[in-house]
Amino acid sequence: MSTATKTAEAPEASSSRGKAPAGERIADWADGRLGIYSLAKANLRKIFPDHWSFLLGEVCLYAFIILIATGVYLTLFFVPSMAEVEYHGSYGPMNGVLMSEAYASTLDISFEVRGGLLVRQIHHWAALIFVVGIFMHMMRVFFTGAFRKPREINWVFGFLLFVLALVTGLTGYSLPDDLLSGVGIRFMEGAILSVPIVGTYLQMFVFGGEFPGTDIIPRFFIAHVLLLPGIMAALVVAHLILIVYHKHTHYAGPGRKNTNVVGYPLFPVYMAKAGGFFFLVFGVITIIAATTTINGVWVLGPYRPDQITSNAQPDWYLGFSEGLVRMMPGWEWVIPGGYTLNFGLLVPLAVFPTMLMVIALYPFFENWVTKDRREHHIAERPRNAPTRTAFGVAWISWYLVALVAGGNDVIALKFDLSINTITWICRVSFFVLPVLVFWATRRVCLGLQRRDKEKVLHGRESGVIKKLPHGEFIEVHEPLSREQLHTLTAHDQYRPAELPPATDENGVRNKVGLIEKLRVKVSRGYFGESGQIAKPTAEEYREITEGHGHH
Amino acid sequence: MSNPDDNDSRNTDNNVSDEHLPSEQGHGEVAPADDPFADPGLPPHEHRRQDIDERAAKRSERTVALLFTVSMLATIGFIASYVAIPIDKIVYIWPFGHISGLNFALGLTLGLALFCIGAGAVHWARTLMSDEEMVDERHPIQAAPEVKAQVLADFAAGTKESQFGRRKLVRTTLFGALALVPLSGVVLLRDLGPLPGDKLRHSKWKAGSLIINENTMQPLRPEDITVGSLTQAMPEGLDPHDHDFLVEIAKAAVMLVRLEPKDIKDPKSAEWGHEGILCFSKICTHIGCPATLYEQQTHHALCPCHQSTFDLADGARVLFGPAGHPLPQLRITVNDDGYLEALGDFEEPPGPSFWERG
Repeated sequence: MSTATKTAEAPEASSSRGKAPAGERIADWADGRLGIYSLAKANLRKIFPDHWSFLLGEVCLYAFIILIATGVYLTLFFVPSMAEVEYHGSYGPMNGVLMSEAYASTLDISFEVRGGLLVRQIHHWAALIFVVGIFMHMMRVFFTGAFRKPREINWVFGFLLFVLALVTGLTGYSLPDDLLSGVGIRFMEGAILSVPIVGTYLQMFVFGGEFPGTDIIPRFFIAHVLLLPGIMAALVVAHLILIVYHKHTHYAGPGRKNTNVVGYPLFPVYMAKAGGFFFLVFGVITIIAATTTINGVWVLGPYRPDQITSNAQPDWYLGFSEGLVRMMPGWEWVIPGGYTLNFGLLVPLAVFPTMLMVIALYPFFENWVTKDRREHHIAERPRNAPTRTAFGVAWISWYLVALVAGGNDVIALKFDLSINTITWICRVSFFVLPVLVFWATRRVCLGLQRRDKEKVLHGRESGVIKKLPHGEFIEVHEPLSREQLHTLTAHDQYRPAELPPATDENGVRNKVGLIEKLRVKVSRGYFGESGQIAKPTAEEYREITEGHGHH
Repeated sequence: MSNPDDNDSRNTDNNVSDEHLPSEQGHGEVAPADDPFADPGLPPHEHRRQDIDERAAKRSERTVALLFTVSMLATIGFIASYVAIPIDKIVYIWPFGHISGLNFALGLTLGLALFCIGAGAVHWARTLMSDEEMVDERHPIQAAPEVKAQVLADFAAGTKESQFGRRKLVRTTLFGALALVPLSGVVLLRDLGPLPGDKLRHSKWKAGSLIINENTMQPLRPEDITVGSLTQAMPEGLDPHDHDFLVEIAKAAVMLVRLEPKDIKDPKSAEWGHEGILCFSKICTHIGCPATLYEQQTHHALCPCHQSTFDLADGARVLFGPAGHPLPQLRITVNDDGYLEALGDFEEPPGPSFWERG
């Protein structure tokens, strides 16, 4: 303390003896105003567990930072205007073509600004990788049950980030105003028009008049560079604060309990690893951008509503919404009064958010089934929650069917197939495949549980064949170590919920609501005999190992 | 494993019976010594090579320093490429093909500079920093009952002091004011765009409009259109330089085909054409892409966006895909000068359907 006082008195005498080092004096200064020592005491040596699957979320965070940095650079050159200009830049094939300023400035970024093409490609690649990362990260969280209490709210934050990433991506790839992005905006216009009652009004308000008008690019621009990233930045911060507050989940293992977290300290190990990982992600994305063209906006020319190219595809993450639209039959009703209901768009427009909401709400559904109010900090292995895993994999298959349907024209061309056949296969698969996948995944999980049980009770197959004196061949099983035994038996196993007895002790009938009856049914599906393999007990283990001893 | 004490400790925070819940994994209780599945605790730390062999540690140090040095060199390479390589230089690099030399050089050097910093830092952390696992205890998030009681009491006191519950008039009018004030914001949005009116019902076509070939920008004559071809056209009086050109062409774009009159299945459609020349809106009725992939053998027009398929020989009936109604047909004839012309606007709105379309 006395050092700090002295420093305050003579701040200019920096190197005289007896003074604290400069770094400490700056920290003292900041501590007096921000309380950084208390903050650092709690967090400087905060423990983070180590596992490759925890890097997926980091990829997203770093992609987000890269997107902001490269995005700011792009705004320095991009002109968000639909005013028409004649192109006279250095890209010969477009010379004299009429185009919007937005498109012309995108060409300039690619052909006039040194490094502009690189930054544009880093931006677009980072956007794709951002959404891939979010998908993978959400799968990790889902399949390990890391969304359980106390992390449900963070799951919802993450989900909102996912949805906003989709919307930001859509507004972003619409900005260049080339033929491809114009088709995307036209699609949006058609979707808005199909909304009953207010559709035409909404369309006029969003576009500032008839399609395409001159307002949509400036409006998308401000949403893309300010509104959406602003909300996302706030959500990212909230997401991170909650991660720090909850402390990270870790996987079961010796010494890893629900009441502790085992790993390496933030300073220095995690800071070096995570900070280094940022540079790795940035470096890899930059090298991809240097070598692989993405969204060559110069290929197809400016958008004109009367022109089109085949194989028009949205960015991959919106491919599934495209697939929903392509699968839908063209049902259109004119209802009495002369009003049109365009189910060809309305149904996909309803299915799209439903598919997403299913993921958002799953943690609350599972909690309703288990009625478990405890905190969970140990990430489960997917096999040990077969029904949840089956739901997740079924959802992915559902998603993939829609994604394939979204690329039906590309598949038809590449594999020389009938587009109608592909579409019909997708239509049927959309309903059938998730059910099959659900069933198969649960079987696989149960099989893996049985194998774990076998391993615990009988040991690991060593591959060593032994011939017994009487001529019998046996394979030697190596017993597992205490660490392995613990890890394989540490998981939760719920008992299925039961209905209360029909009458209570006084003979009065117990009233059970329909919802509770449903819950009991679902719980039996989750945790009944068909839903999980009872894990080995200590008694079973002893019986078998001692049995071996008698031989 | 199934420690009977488990349940007691968990039941305190709520009234729900936890009987169906499993004994919690890794709950922290010391398991009975004879439990074969008991948590043996953190395994002892195993030293890495670098922890015991200073020469190995030195090697790691040199590797890390090398990576950081490569990064520095790559940054210098980046600046040199920026200055030296012309932006329009196209180079052939296997396996990427003909690509921009500047983009390739900048990206590779920048990528390398970034990657090496990351690789160096991670290698440093993995080989030189301590890899001894450490343990932090977690603490329940839920507040202790005393804390909760204190907060509830504070809140009740605050509510009482504000007289929020007692002065109902204040409360009700406050809610009213707060409910109304956002209306101003909604009202301000009114000028985002005009009202739809009948804008979507009309296009630039009117009786007597010549039909202009989009490629040649010349008015079309019947003999310009041969069987099997598809001609894209627009009404006369539309100039790509007009500021509302895109809005108009989004509704008025048409395609003309000539079919053998015997192939035309819909008599009304044949009558609206001229000697087998039929003129349809090319804006798909699904979401508005131009449906101009034409199969001349089957007379089908396919929209490349969502594969709606229209039978141009049968009044552009929808054969497949998500479109809900046929492409509108434009009535055409030939004028005295021998040019094709429209007999009027589309009878139904072209483009995607909407609520008031009917």
